[in-house]
Amino acid sequence: MIDKRFADPSAAVRDIGDGATLMVGGFGEAGSPVELIDALIEQGAGDLTVITNNAGSGTTGLAALIKAGRVAKMICSYPRSADSEVFAEQYRAGRIRLELVPQGTLAERIRTAGAGIPAFYTPTAVGTSLAQGKPHRRFDDRECVLEHALGADVALIKAAAADRHGNLVYSKTARNFAPLMATAAETTIAQTSVVVGLGSLDPEAVVTPGIFVDRVVLIGRSPQRLDPSGSETGWL
Amino acid sequence: MTTRTPQGLDRREIARWVARDIPDGAYVNLGIGMPETIAECIAEDKEVILHTENGLLGMGPPPPPGEEDTELINAGKQPVTAAPGASFFHHADSFAMIRGGHLDICVLGALEVAANGDLANWSTGAAHAVPAVGGAMDLVSGVKAVYVMTRHCTRAGEPKLVNECRYPLTGRGVVDRVYTDLAVIEITPQGLAVLELAPGVTLADVAERTAAPLHDKRSTRRESHPDGNSAPSERSGIP
Repeated sequence: MIDKRFADPSAAVRDIGDGATLMVGGFGEAGSPVELIDALIEQGAGDLTVITNNAGSGTTGLAALIKAGRVAKMICSYPRSADSEVFAEQYRAGRIRLELVPQGTLAERIRTAGAGIPAFYTPTAVGTSLAQGKPHRRFDDRECVLEHALGADVALIKAAAADRHGNLVYSKTARNFAPLMATAAETTIAQTSVVVGLGSLDPEAVVTPGIFVDRVVLIGRSPQRLDPSGSETGWL
Repeated sequence: MTTRTPQGLDRREIARWVARDIPDGAYVNLGIGMPETIAECIAEDKEVILHTENGLLGMGPPPPPGEEDTELINAGKQPVTAAPGASFFHHADSFAMIRGGHLDICVLGALEVAANGDLANWSTGAAHAVPAVGGAMDLVSGVKAVYVMTRHCTRAGEPKLVNECRYPLTGRGVVDRVYTDLAVIEITPQGLAVLELAPGVTLADVAERTAAPLHDKRSTRRESHPDGNSAPSERSGIP
């Protein structure tokens, strides 16, 4: 019997250790696994490397994790936000390191890590400061730069619905990096607001097959009850 | 240095100029900021599919107040809608569309554009600024035609069209065409070429506000007003 459901966010993030490399889904707030991040803040792991598109907005979720001083390094494409100075303050104070990666290169580095491809050449960023110091090679008269796959110990992502096998579907533009990150981490933890019974998700519509997902946490019910039938909702 | 400041176009008029040159059926990515205005200016008889790199093809207008969905946003993180025929996808697919040359046109803002098509639009290089690049470098390296929409000069009156960019580059030799409040300018192997002037603006006005030599290519393009009523010239369309 495969049942990847965890009782609550705390249980799901309990074994994340100091120094872990963490992928965090989301583009801005869309798809941000806020409850998992909150549980991680409470759990206390620090010296983290965080791979994500942005560097938090407002004062909750990723911004709160950064503010709590738990992040040693960010790997991201756009660490600026109109409504958050948390990352900027720590960056300027030299308390957090930044590896800036073009957004598409970030996505592809994550995708290739999940696909078992160690590195790839891309034309993106050639001739810019972000390609400096990296090996270059010309293909069909096009100069390209070598980029390495980017994997992680843990991925924290947000789905719209899941089943106990870890099959996932997403909501609109909240999908963003989550399907890629799910493939690229040793342990993928998905939070969801709906868990459906096995067989309820249309196999044609499953976006992330359960093989890529290790833990599923239902958010929004307290206390969590793990129904042996695998269904915690009448949805679908 | 100048005796007269030409009025030039406002933001919406520049947007109409760009919109006029986007052909029916084009797949287009509009950058954050000024280029977003273009979406409102595309003629209703054209079907133009808007791509937003966070994972939506077929982006519709902003929703009415009260109907915003925090999980349906554009690359500028503003609420949008999904038009009929839209699709959602993850970032690797989204940047396959970009890097793989599937998008016809992207329109970006600029800090500077050089006469050879170099673009600087992601960083001023200021010591205390937090660097942030987003998808700009991917867009300029992969989209078939890269247009820039910008004021001709900075607020301080400095030309943005230059011989060589001083700011950190987004890409080398990537810009095809620039739409400003004064002119439409094409990047050619010979440098900057004026295709069109805004009403009431002279070639001398533009030259005076451009820090690189200008060629006059207006004869190859029909004179037209950026109100979208005139027929596109033979230079319009997907290169």
